Amino acid sequence: MPDWTPPTNVNLVDLGFMDSRSKLIDLAAFLDRVQLAGQESDFRVQSLKKAISLLSQDKPQRAKEVLLSFSDPSTEPIAKATMQGAIGAFREGSA
Amino acid sequence: MKYIEPHGHMVSRTTDDYERMALAGCQAICEPAFWAGFDRASADGFYDYFRQITEYEPKRAAKFGIKHFCWLCINPKEAEDLKLAEDVIALIPQFIDKPGVLGIGEIGLNKNSRNELKIFEQHVQVAQDYDQLVLIHTPHLEDKLKGTRLIVDALKNFPKIKPERVIIDHVEEHTIDHVLDHGFWAGITLYPESKCTPHRAIDMLEHRHAERIWMNSACDWGISDPLAVPKTMQAMRHRGWSTEMIQRVAWDNPRTFMGQCEKFKL
Repeated sequence: MPDWTPPTNVNLVDLGFMDSRSKLIDLAAFLDRVQLAGQESDFRVQSLKKAISLLSQDKPQRAKEVLLSFSDPSTEPIAKATMQGAIGAFREGSA
Repeated sequence: MKYIEPHGHMVSRTTDDYERMALAGCQAICEPAFWAGFDRASADGFYDYFRQITEYEPKRAAKFGIKHFCWLCINPKEAEDLKLAEDVIALIPQFIDKPGVLGIGEIGLNKNSRNELKIFEQHVQVAQDYDQLVLIHTPHLEDKLKGTRLIVDALKNFPKIKPERVIIDHVEEHTIDHVLDHGFWAGITLYPESKCTPHRAIDMLEHRHAERIWMNSACDWGISDPLAVPKTMQAMRHRGWSTEMIQRVAWDNPRTFMGQCEKFKL
């Protein structure tokens, strides 16, 4: 948009810190819960842990990198859809 | 503040939702054809559904002062049944000239299968033959990246389909640049659990200077919020956006895209 007017500066930490803190603690509690239940080998949990490691990157592209890490990297259409829903994390060998 | 809901499945919503949307400033709702939550048994079910979104739903919306428009297709979730899909595509021409029909949508991919791609291309052919706007659904979650790339590649085989007349919906941070950099419009869907939150949507809008982007609630029968757009407009205010720029995203952008169809008049 040629006449883009950027927003005025606001304190984004004030706006988002408590919400992010809450979500992070929820995530930590989830990992504790599945570990205590002996379910941390589930590929979705492993995928989540892999994605968490991307948060320590310096570039402000963490959301994009996390989404890419959950994504099917293959490029060819599959022969036939055997389910209608999605799981949220790509399972190696399922493409 | 007035706004347009460019993607709402109102057949799944209550009359109370229409009232709340009108109170929040909604002036127009655009309803893409979609999956009913179960696979329909025959094309007859779609015939009735197309009558519902072209004839009945506009009247329901009008009771609240809201203009209602729609898009026609069979969604990719039912595209594995090629016979059903082709029967439904054959129905589209008899509805395409109805007053509120804006184009073909929401077509696209779901699990990125060969049959889904084949039906997607047949829909695009209809859009090309009848010079229609196109609204495209991109797959969910782990399938979105691959599906978005397949869709963009497939559209290159239709030289008469102009990118500025196509919106590719449900973009997220890993797909928005691919869509916009190819000249298409992009839709951001605001969902409570999946797709995108208000603050992530605003991040993307700022990253791309809000150019060729609309935002929608895609409210349907699942977990979704028909007031997601005005709630995001409120979050934009908190983020320092001017009233003019909020209107640009919530009103001008969808009006510019859909205004390419002469039937879209507010």
